[in-house]
Amino acid sequence: MTRYILTRLLSLVLSLVAASVAIFLVIEILPGDPAAIMLGVNAQPDTLAALRAEMGLDQPMVIRYLAWVGGMLHGDFGTSYTYHTPVAKLIGDRLAVSLPLALFSLLLTVVIAFPVGIWAAARRGSAADTLIMGITQLGVAIPNFWFAMLMVVLFAINLRWFSAGGFAGWDKGLLPALKSLTLPAVALALPQASILARVMRSALLDTLSEDFVRTARAKGLSRAKALRRHALRNALIPVLTIIGMQFSFLLAGGIIIENVFYLPGLGRLIFQSISARDLITVESVVMLLVFAVILVNFLVELAYALVDPRLRSGR
Amino acid sequence: MSLLDIRNLSLSIHGTPILHDVSLRLDPGRILGVIGESGSGKSMTAFTVMRLLPEGAEASGQVTLDGQPILSRSEAQMCALRGRDIGMVFQEPMTALNPLKTIGDQVAETILIHEKIPKRAAMIRAAKALARAELPQDRFPLSRYPHELSGGQRQRVVIAMAIALRPKLLIADEPTTALDVTTQAQILRLLTRLVREDGMGLMMITHDLAVVAEMADEIAIMQKGRVVEAGPTGALLENLQHPYSRALLAASTHAPARSPAAQDTPLLEVTAVHRFYPTPRKSLFGAPGRFHAVKGVSFKLRKGESLGLVGESGCGKSTLTRAILGLEQIQDGAIRLNGRPVFQGRQPDPEVRRRMQVVFQDPYGSFNPRHRVGRLVAEPFHLSPNMPRAERDTAVAEALTAVGLTPGDADKYIHEFSGGQRQRIAIARALITRPELILLDEAVSALDVQVRARILDLLADLSARYGLSYLFISHDLSVVRAITDRVMVMKAGEIVEAGPTETVFRDPRHPYTRQLLAAAPRLPEGLGS
Amino acid sequence: MSPMRFLRSRNLVIGALLTGLFTGAALLSFLWVPYDVTQMDIAHKIKPPSGVHWLGTDHYGRDILSMIMVGARTSIAVAVLAVGIGMGLGVPLGLWAAARRFSLLDEVIMRGNDLVFAFPSLIIAVMITAILGPSATNAIIAIGIFNIPVFARLSRSGALGLWNRDFILAARVAGKGAMRISFEHVLPNILNLLIVQGTIQFSMGILAEAGLSYVGLGAQPPTPSWGRMLADSQTMISFAPHMALFPGLAILLTVLGLNLLGDGLRDLLDPKLRRGRT
Repeated sequence: MTRYILTRLLSLVLSLVAASVAIFLVIEILPGDPAAIMLGVNAQPDTLAALRAEMGLDQPMVIRYLAWVGGMLHGDFGTSYTYHTPVAKLIGDRLAVSLPLALFSLLLTVVIAFPVGIWAAARRGSAADTLIMGITQLGVAIPNFWFAMLMVVLFAINLRWFSAGGFAGWDKGLLPALKSLTLPAVALALPQASILARVMRSALLDTLSEDFVRTARAKGLSRAKALRRHALRNALIPVLTIIGMQFSFLLAGGIIIENVFYLPGLGRLIFQSISARDLITVESVVMLLVFAVILVNFLVELAYALVDPRLRSGR
Repeated sequence: MSLLDIRNLSLSIHGTPILHDVSLRLDPGRILGVIGESGSGKSMTAFTVMRLLPEGAEASGQVTLDGQPILSRSEAQMCALRGRDIGMVFQEPMTALNPLKTIGDQVAETILIHEKIPKRAAMIRAAKALARAELPQDRFPLSRYPHELSGGQRQRVVIAMAIALRPKLLIADEPTTALDVTTQAQILRLLTRLVREDGMGLMMITHDLAVVAEMADEIAIMQKGRVVEAGPTGALLENLQHPYSRALLAASTHAPARSPAAQDTPLLEVTAVHRFYPTPRKSLFGAPGRFHAVKGVSFKLRKGESLGLVGESGCGKSTLTRAILGLEQIQDGAIRLNGRPVFQGRQPDPEVRRRMQVVFQDPYGSFNPRHRVGRLVAEPFHLSPNMPRAERDTAVAEALTAVGLTPGDADKYIHEFSGGQRQRIAIARALITRPELILLDEAVSALDVQVRARILDLLADLSARYGLSYLFISHDLSVVRAITDRVMVMKAGEIVEAGPTETVFRDPRHPYTRQLLAAAPRLPEGLGS
Repeated sequence: MSPMRFLRSRNLVIGALLTGLFTGAALLSFLWVPYDVTQMDIAHKIKPPSGVHWLGTDHYGRDILSMIMVGARTSIAVAVLAVGIGMGLGVPLGLWAAARRFSLLDEVIMRGNDLVFAFPSLIIAVMITAILGPSATNAIIAIGIFNIPVFARLSRSGALGLWNRDFILAARVAGKGAMRISFEHVLPNILNLLIVQGTIQFSMGILAEAGLSYVGLGAQPPTPSWGRMLADSQTMISFAPHMALFPGLAILLTVLGLNLLGDGLRDLLDPKLRRGRT
């Protein structure tokens, strides 16, 4: 077990290093001087030189990379060119919206998908199963931002249950904040829940045809009990993989959904930074999102080991 | 009154008839062997008794256990019966256990399903059941997971699960087919002992006549969904009536007529061959370990000779085969064909390679399903480029004819052929370059006995006609005895005994050879002649 | 025919019809559209569906049906090219990794894939746009890069299973090299997998393109695109819901059609199911 965790941890660190190098190189190597891009076509030579010095562009590439990574390790993400505030502070404020949104929608995804997938698998081939699979087929195909717009029309404009956009802020208490995140979270979760429910169902059906389920039935377990006690945990392995991938979709998808609901999250920040050509902020936000994805994959791999004793013993 | 009484059982799945009027009886404390080739309906009979049939199955007739009807029971009643009154053991022990649960939990589950007792008490009884299945607690604690056990040990866990509640009936569906001979013998002994101790009835399903001949009290022979013959083992085998059962017995003991034609010139020379595999690192920064799969093997195969190589799984015989074929590099030693090394540096020598061909075990996996037979058979010509198309077609036609197929079969796809025909096509592919040596890697192991007998005849015939030499690799002693002049016994990467086949079989010197021979199930002497 | 079998073939039929409908609309738009989409007609702006404009007009008075037809070109082109990039680079990488399975090369290829997977396509798009500026080409590159590991992993795992099969051993005994075996024996046998996955990635590409152009990272105006139409409709959604409804439905139905087609093809091509039938 220790060996498994250490190996995974090592690969986590290596992935982070590789990802940071990749992001750094993309910004470096792609045509154009970052400072010139940031200032636009009409930049004055002296402003350009000042910005180049501020960004450290006069230094060798390796030094700049190390300075960037070293800074991030201390929580120093540099200073935003447009906002003139530390990027770390900017990101911190926006993360207070984006992270809860991603977690909220992940929770919804799992809470919807698990029962639906299990229920459909247990009734494979029935009318109920066919109906559910048809609905999830629609759910997979629906663009989440369009679904969000439809929900705004229905729940905010017509029924007036929710506000059409904006974020109440955490300082006003938990409930108003959660309420303003509810529609965005549902919009993000529905397509992902449809995918996960389908994965759950097919993973369960795959395990149900395994020999050990037949063994369990020969002991006297009913179909339903064999599914619960033997198939479910085995089906969790592919399901966990998908959940890990979905978290990254939810984080990234949040960027779009925030646009629909005018939420002050990372998505708004990243688009504002792009239009202001604030590469320092873009670079840091991308690194942060990638860090989150890699971290979640690491957690998923730990979860594998909890589920599967074969991994714990280390092959 | 019989324990199990099956009368006029018929079964169809989605309208396709599977069983016709099957009638069988089994008394307590007795063993009923049900024999048949694949597709004979023997497993379906067992699954009908368990009522674990695939969707769309419809059974008619009568099945009673201890006088109680089975077919009319509700699913809930069947759940109460399965595991308590009927236990079942399956063919494939590697997949029959839930990989995520400990063996203790899995055995205790049988008890907890049927009895309202605390988990602790169930675990104690699970330990007892495992001990009866010869997995004592001091060596195999309840906390073990299936992946920590070997195939034979896992089969014991499955048996412990099946007998934990001392059921009246135990059904074993090919319980030893996936196991090595020595393990098979132990499992068969265990099953027999449990039957006698508990007074259970055992329905033993197998394709192997020899297995049931040794242990069953009664035998039923099935063909195409019907019982063609049934009765007490000894009397039945001595006086078989039905043509099918006679053919089955004849095929089981079949030895093709062959005239040894070994010359003195060596064809294949294997000298002090070593093969290591790296194994995963034990610790994060430790050096990788190595597994010594072949430990200094040397032998000579003479021209025209048929040489057998027997051993159990993991003994290194497959590794050795691959090394001879030039598929894997060896770390030390030399392999020569007609005096020329198989490897020229790191690359196998194409000239040497075309002089030897191979036939694999699985007739279903040996061919690219997307190519026509003509292209498949001609594949070894890859080593003779610039061959005219017409010459190639003639060679394919000749090879197909030689193995008893027709030249027209070249235009068909592989899925149009049965397992036996596919193995003929595999042999045609091996023949096409007119090699001197053919490696037969478990080439008849996946075939039903009757098909196997015909393929063995074909091999004997081809060797006489084309002066072929064979290296016959198998775990099956009876087949090796029937088709080889000399035999080598391999264990843990070494050849422990070698000699003329009859001598080795009649007078084995090495303890391991003796153990193997003793473990192999045998038909009573004098049958089938 | 059993009900489930009928459903399976129904998937295929509906999927093919929907896919054909939108591909047909895209192709037709090159020859003919009801109204010119480059012409504004402010007098008839924001009109609900009617006999004149079947799906209504937008805030510049452009015909929404025509916009959807022309927008289908963008969506389909972006998705097809992105799948092309993914397959063209991913499949050879996967086959190569499988041919040298468990070697250092294999490890490097697969870790590289993992790394790309850590960047969701949207993030790749954001990075590219931040530097090169938004355009349909950059959307194609972003979605395409993300498709590479999908196809690389799929072909590697499919190929790994095949490399253990006896017919590949037989080809090796015949003296064929890894490259030749990969293309002659491995590729044809994983083609089914690739076709099915290709359909699914195609549909995901449509969704991704819509998302990117919705946030302004895709095709730039005046090129019509479904995502851009939805973005434009957002501020008018309370009084002109038709502007949001129809482009959204177009995305939904195209993606649904492709998914159904993929499912139907899988059932048709899956060797496991086919073996069950014979």
